[in-house]
Amino acid sequence: MHAVVTVTGKDKKGIIAKVSTFLAEKGVNVEDISQTILQEYFAMIMLVDIGGIKTELSVLARECEELGKEIGMSIRIQHEAIFDAMHNI
Amino acid sequence: MFNKFDVLETIDMVEKEHLDIRTITMGISLLPCIGGTAEKTAQNVYDTVCTKAKDIVKVAEQLSGEYGIPIVNKRVSVTPVSLISAPFPGKAGLVGKALDRAAKELGIDFLGGYSALVHKGMAEYEQIFIEGIPAVLAETERLCSSVNIGSSKSGINMDAVKLMGEVVKETARLTAARDGLGCAKLVVFANAVEDNPFMAGAFHGVGESGTVINVGVSGPGVVKHALEGIPGANLNDAAETIKRTAFKITRAGQLIAKEAAKRLHAEFGIVDLSLAPTPVMGDSVAHILEELGVETVGGHGTTAALAMLNDAVKKGGVMASSHVGGLSGAFIPVSEDIGMIEAAQKGKLSIDKLEAMTAVCSVGLDMIAIPGDTPATTISAIIADEAAIGMINNKTTAVRVIPVPGKGVGDSVEFGGLLGRAPVMPVNTADSSRFVLRGGRIPAPIHSNKN
Repeated sequence: MHAVVTVTGKDKKGIIAKVSTFLAEKGVNVEDISQTILQEYFAMIMLVDIGGIKTELSVLARECEELGKEIGMSIRIQHEAIFDAMHNI
Repeated sequence: MFNKFDVLETIDMVEKEHLDIRTITMGISLLPCIGGTAEKTAQNVYDTVCTKAKDIVKVAEQLSGEYGIPIVNKRVSVTPVSLISAPFPGKAGLVGKALDRAAKELGIDFLGGYSALVHKGMAEYEQIFIEGIPAVLAETERLCSSVNIGSSKSGINMDAVKLMGEVVKETARLTAARDGLGCAKLVVFANAVEDNPFMAGAFHGVGESGTVINVGVSGPGVVKHALEGIPGANLNDAAETIKRTAFKITRAGQLIAKEAAKRLHAEFGIVDLSLAPTPVMGDSVAHILEELGVETVGGHGTTAALAMLNDAVKKGGVMASSHVGGLSGAFIPVSEDIGMIEAAQKGKLSIDKLEAMTAVCSVGLDMIAIPGDTPATTISAIIADEAAIGMINNKTTAVRVIPVPGKGVGDSVEFGGLLGRAPVMPVNTADSSRFVLRGGRIPAPIHSNKN
């Protein structure tokens, strides 16, 4: 089962390290990363495997949001089905 | 891996453009609840609703968390209560209050179905039930009521229309302390649909199965944003853009609806792909029409722009869902749409123009505050006009007006939350009572004979 993690906000040091450490602790395996920086605006998108997570996805989503607040970024984890539904026929 | 622009587009739709699932509505049949007495029936109704919908709030929150899309309302619709209470119509209020208690117990936002279907004729038990609606709405909080008074197949029941003018007035009187708020929970329909997830007009039709999940999606802000990206485009391209946007919005609704039905052990019913505005900035249907080029909603061109919008929304949505139903289209409730409120305040939007707009969009005269001294027969005549538009055009129309007690043109009224605020709008003061008091039934139009 896959989900998409997105991290957006003003670019700063150590974002990838913090987010990937957090995800590893939660049993999330990162399979693909893409990132762009546009006028100091940082956007990272990760495709992750959530087969090994220990909590419900909705709980993990809340925890991501909290981590986002701590490091001053916006962090979300969403089931991949929503993107598949909206952008693929 | 997904295209990163697609991913970011979805996130922007939610975070900046107010894309949301407006409601997950569970339709529940109450037919098995009819007991020997009103008291027993009310208890059965309470138990049934509390059992079947016990997880609706929890599941909605789970889905919202997993997919990252807000689910604004959790609702229940039930079999029209006039049927459940037919053996004891004078005590139907007990069932209404039991439903309201169940809604509070479950933590849902609204419960619809305190309703009667009298489009062709009104049995005695239905008349007693309808006469009791104002008192029940005054004594409940989350219960919503609707009455169907006409259809393309059967014509318009003018006796019921006359009665509903009085019921609307009485509902306003009994809730005068809250500016007639009871009327915001009462809709008078023509061609009511049996699977509508939106309030106040939701009820669970008798042709439906036992437990069904219907989902209403929304996203006026997303459509407006998409149109802002093509400011000089001609209307072919504008319609195409609306279609594409509606497709994406509806696909999100379809996903949530199917998953909600699975987790709640209910059948997936329909996705209602309506553009439903809220009073916040950036969530307005009126502003879409203004983005298309009408300076202020209500100006000439508004009806044409709305017709195109409504049609494009349906075309985009239909392919995105396996079952589209409900009202599906664009809603134009005055008090719930910041653009409509502003236009009405400026005097650019009149009830007459709104009536014309209802001929080409999905609903009717919705959430309009009118002077408190408007006669009941004038309200009945407003209802009759709307029903005529619905009957002739084979579409749903509705009237939800609030004759605000003690207030007149120039005043405004605040309902709060999703119900918003509204300036009191003038109605035509010509006397229509002789027409309304004739009673009887306006025959079904010739094109209803399709067999």
